[in-house]
Amino acid sequence: MEKLLVLTHVDESGEALTRASLEAVAAGVEFSAALGATLAIGMIGAQAAAQLGGINARVLTVAGPEFSSARYASDAAACEALVRAAEATLVFAPASSRFARVMPGVAHRLGGFVETHITALAKGEGLEATRWYYRQRVEAVVKRETRPWFLLLEPGTRAAFVADGAAPQVETVAVTLPALRTKVSGVRAPKQDEQTIRPDAKILFVAGAGWTKKQADGQVHPTEAEQLILGFLKAADASLGSSKSLVDQSGENQPVLKFMTHMNQIGQTGATPRHPKGLSTCCHGEEPHVVGWRFINERRAISLDPNCGWARGKADVLYVADAFQVVAKVNALLMEKK
Amino acid sequence: MANTFHIVVCASTVPDPLQTLEPVTGASGPGLKNEMMLPAVLDPWAASALYEAANLAAAHPGSKLYLVSLGPKAKTQQVMMTVAQKVPFELVAVDGPLGGFTDAHSTALALAETIAAIPGLDREHMLLFGGWESASRGAGATMQIVGERLGITDQFQGVDQIKVNDDGSFEILERIEGGRHQVSVCVGAPAVLGWATGSLPEPRNSPQVGMANMRGIMPALQKAKSVKLDANGLSYVSVSLPKQQRVTRVVRDVPDDEIAREIVQWIAE
Repeated sequence: MEKLLVLTHVDESGEALTRASLEAVAAGVEFSAALGATLAIGMIGAQAAAQLGGINARVLTVAGPEFSSARYASDAAACEALVRAAEATLVFAPASSRFARVMPGVAHRLGGFVETHITALAKGEGLEATRWYYRQRVEAVVKRETRPWFLLLEPGTRAAFVADGAAPQVETVAVTLPALRTKVSGVRAPKQDEQTIRPDAKILFVAGAGWTKKQADGQVHPTEAEQLILGFLKAADASLGSSKSLVDQSGENQPVLKFMTHMNQIGQTGATPRHPKGLSTCCHGEEPHVVGWRFINERRAISLDPNCGWARGKADVLYVADAFQVVAKVNALLMEKK
Repeated sequence: MANTFHIVVCASTVPDPLQTLEPVTGASGPGLKNEMMLPAVLDPWAASALYEAANLAAAHPGSKLYLVSLGPKAKTQQVMMTVAQKVPFELVAVDGPLGGFTDAHSTALALAETIAAIPGLDREHMLLFGGWESASRGAGATMQIVGERLGITDQFQGVDQIKVNDDGSFEILERIEGGRHQVSVCVGAPAVLGWATGSLPEPRNSPQVGMANMRGIMPALQKAKSVKLDANGLSYVSVSLPKQQRVTRVVRDVPDDEIAREIVQWIAE
């Protein structure tokens, strides 16, 4: 019989499990039943048991000040101890930055194997997992005969577990920590009003290199482009993505948008964020249209090129228009509504 | 020797991102159609790691830079013709299969054994660099396992910056959720750094650097050890291209005001 363990961790408040953790718990509940497996939940941070109210599972935790920070040495030791205590053959965990950092190493320590970026699970001949290869360009379904098998589940791919009952009893697992040579000193983030990456936004605004090219008057207008893009982000509560060519311009002495960094980049060497809607502007190329918004549900594009082969077939609507003009009018209408 | 490093960069070759990829399944499992014929490049995030490593080595005289690359020798040689002109390094080649469908654990084993066997490598002062994910398998798993196999438990992923202090400790910025960075301070090498983009542009080609590198690259390719990668029980139920093709409504010759109103209505839905 399989023994399924779901590893979870608390958010930065230290008091609540992350949404991605609760999604992994929901997957654990579903597939422990489907596979006839026993279920255990492992928590890093003991104060969140109430969020598992009503669950029919053994709940294990590690707790202590050493585990309040996302650090490889302490997190790996904690996960290793939890998996050993649960004697798990299958391990689900959210693909958060915290667990993505440690889980391959933990799998190796336990003689197991790991699959990451899992977007779907299914019961075929045993457990089957779906993930993408070649940066979201090839999709595959895989399975493993060897155990323990670790699966890192992509956030946003299923509903989160909702507590429905009393908080479960929690068993504390002892962890032997190695010498800790790394200290997490904090988080560096743009100021609230300068933050352009908003994972929970309903719409992703994708800016392409066209924003910094010469316009109809033969001049470049980077300042106006900045104002329009930031105006849209503010008016629509949008998140900002960028084509590679636009973020690369800062190293090439070309006009740049000051708030744009490689963190905004989507596509082959950037992110593939999940948002319900996406609007691409001044983009030309495969990366923003195919790879970058692989997980965007509704997609629209504004481009002066009616034959943009990348937008056609990938966007639901292609507006053949000047993004400078259209976005200015969109911003004005959105601000009227606010 | 507190502030000199032996920097090992793991970097494989991947198909040029502009190429059309078509999966095929052969006797040995899935692969890409005409895989050996596709133009290849150094894996983009691993290339960022290489440029950051070269910058770090240059800032700390006495440091050494090794580039460990696993792939078919012919492909590695082809890619090295370009990469060799970027920054000075010593190539350590491993002759093995190409592609994203190989197992990360087997790849890590081959890399770790190769790194452990590098003559003169000072593992106490080693910084193990690589991309935080490849553009082929994209698992984000190989570097951690290589680190574990080499006994390194200070590991960082999604790194965008390393700043070395006078006492040999270093501050690292790692990408975390929400477009933010986690800031950590490690007391010193050894450590694993899986790089994201970093902050350095691609260096310009330097024929002098290329000539110097090529003197070591051809012998390294000739003595590249051949490895086979075990599947470790991994099998593929299906491998396919996404079939979804959208019917795009093309809106042209419509006033900007009307387009704007339609977009605003769509956003509000």
